[in-house]
Amino acid sequence: MAVVLANKHEKEAVEMRAALCETLMQLAEIREDIVYLDADLFGSSGMKKFAKAYPDRAFDVGIAEANMIGVAAGMSATGKTPFVHSFGPFATRRCFDQLFLSVAYGRNTVNVIGSDPGITALYNGGTHMPFEDVGIMRNIPTAIIVEPTDTTMLRSVVRDLSEKRGLHYIRLKRKTAIKVYEEGTTFTIGKGITIREGSDVTLIAAGIMVSEALAAAEQLAVEGISARVIDMFTLKPIDAELIKLAAAETGAIVTCENHSVINGLGSAVAEVLVQNTPVPMEMVGVRDEFGEVGDEAYLKERFGLTAANIVAKAKAVLARKK
Amino acid sequence: MELARQKQARIFAAQIRIETLKALGHLGFGHLGGSLSIADLLAVLYSGEMKVDPANPNWEDRDFLVCSKGHAGPAIYATLALRGFFPKEELLTINQGGTHLPSHCDHNLTPGIDMTTGSLGQGSSLAVGVAMGKRISGKDNTTYLILGDGEIQEGQVWEAASLAAQQKLSNLIAFVDWNKKQLDGYISDINDFSNIAERFAAFGWDAVTVDGHDVAAIADAIENAKRLDDGRPHCIVLDTIKGKGCSFVSDADSNHHVTISADQLAAGLAELEEELAKAVAE
Repeated sequence: MAVVLANKHEKEAVEMRAALCETLMQLAEIREDIVYLDADLFGSSGMKKFAKAYPDRAFDVGIAEANMIGVAAGMSATGKTPFVHSFGPFATRRCFDQLFLSVAYGRNTVNVIGSDPGITALYNGGTHMPFEDVGIMRNIPTAIIVEPTDTTMLRSVVRDLSEKRGLHYIRLKRKTAIKVYEEGTTFTIGKGITIREGSDVTLIAAGIMVSEALAAAEQLAVEGISARVIDMFTLKPIDAELIKLAAAETGAIVTCENHSVINGLGSAVAEVLVQNTPVPMEMVGVRDEFGEVGDEAYLKERFGLTAANIVAKAKAVLARKK
Repeated sequence: MELARQKQARIFAAQIRIETLKALGHLGFGHLGGSLSIADLLAVLYSGEMKVDPANPNWEDRDFLVCSKGHAGPAIYATLALRGFFPKEELLTINQGGTHLPSHCDHNLTPGIDMTTGSLGQGSSLAVGVAMGKRISGKDNTTYLILGDGEIQEGQVWEAASLAAQQKLSNLIAFVDWNKKQLDGYISDINDFSNIAERFAAFGWDAVTVDGHDVAAIADAIENAKRLDDGRPHCIVLDTIKGKGCSFVSDADSNHHVTISADQLAAGLAELEEELAKAVAE
């Protein structure tokens, strides 16, 4: 796994959804098994170009998400590789039984793109703001859950998932991400990435919280605290070996997630720690609350998803470290 | 349907009922009512209507059957065993630990079961997906779907029905086992879904109702559906009796899931053997 970091905390030029569309079109060009289904959100997912290029393999099923999941599963039984999209809460909590039974239990294949995780649902507000989608999907045996950090990772992860069979959940911010990885970085599903070395504490983050964790590590360095940063983009199966190593070498962990601390990244990391290498741990994430409307800056502050809060939690966990 | 095939299908249906009753009777309980009601349909489908290969259950070019009322698995297992998908003796392992014949249909456990079902309504979307997938691949297969009449209370059925019409899936034939009863009692007393054919027709389907225990009527309805090529998916409502063939089941008020005593097993088998002898003698 080669890692080339951008390290500038700058937004990317290309939206995540544009990169998704481009990648799926590249795949569809060489693979006839690639199909795409959306539930009246072609306009939001940025996939109209795909539908125009591959009209026989793009389907707008209308506002019927549970049906979409089942139809995709049925298609996979005839050898297709479906990608489907809806907003995160509708792609997961509205379709839990279909995802569980028609896809995973039935050993069919569906790549589910759930868009605008956590606070990135912004002005759509609490009804559309999934703080629970990872928790829902983590309950399904064999499901793979990824949260791509930027377009470089997204392109790689979508290609890799398209070659795997089973239920896959891609937690996707549709709009522009902070660029973390330069071209040339390679990713392996199931393997976290150490993007900054450190010896005092490890910050384990995913999605939009990766750049916040990097910023927090830089602030901590100014104060003489050496923070390791791990991008845990595969939330399931979680990279237990990397967590155990970080616990053994740094002795303190802070998880950072744009999700509820209940049954998300923090829970997954804690499960590994308590069974293997118990060390003090703190969680940055949403505290058993519903979402609300606002811009990204407001919502980050409102739910404590900031570099400043990560710094505070890092200091708190260091105080507990013996 | 020609007479020789009619006779063959009647014999097959009686055999399916006998093997289903033996298997669940051996266990002492099971979903006998809704298994017995679809035996005639299964006899038609698996005596020449469907493209299947018992030696190669996952044959890529096969016709798929999605039994969305997954609890009718035992009747399909009996059918598959009689067609040689697996040895008949294995039917006696139904629902015992480690069996490949679970209560509800499981593609990953049973040779010849095309789709995993058990949460009602979901098979409808799966079948629509299969029919769409076959069409994308340029294959002329027919996809068959079996729904329960209680099952169509699930909203997902109608999401799928609407999409099937929109996608002009004339390669899809859905059967509704109209046996009038669901777990808690008569459908008309709980959440009445009568006028089934009219409901499907309103969703843009070609829909007919036939006697679900008349193999010739079922076969003719399937042939008519296949001949009709106006883009509409097809619904064949099967007017059936829950527990058909075993009076201890069909006469019972509550016959979705029944216990089966040794006496009931013997009486049911005697009735069915008589039915088989009649079919053979015809």
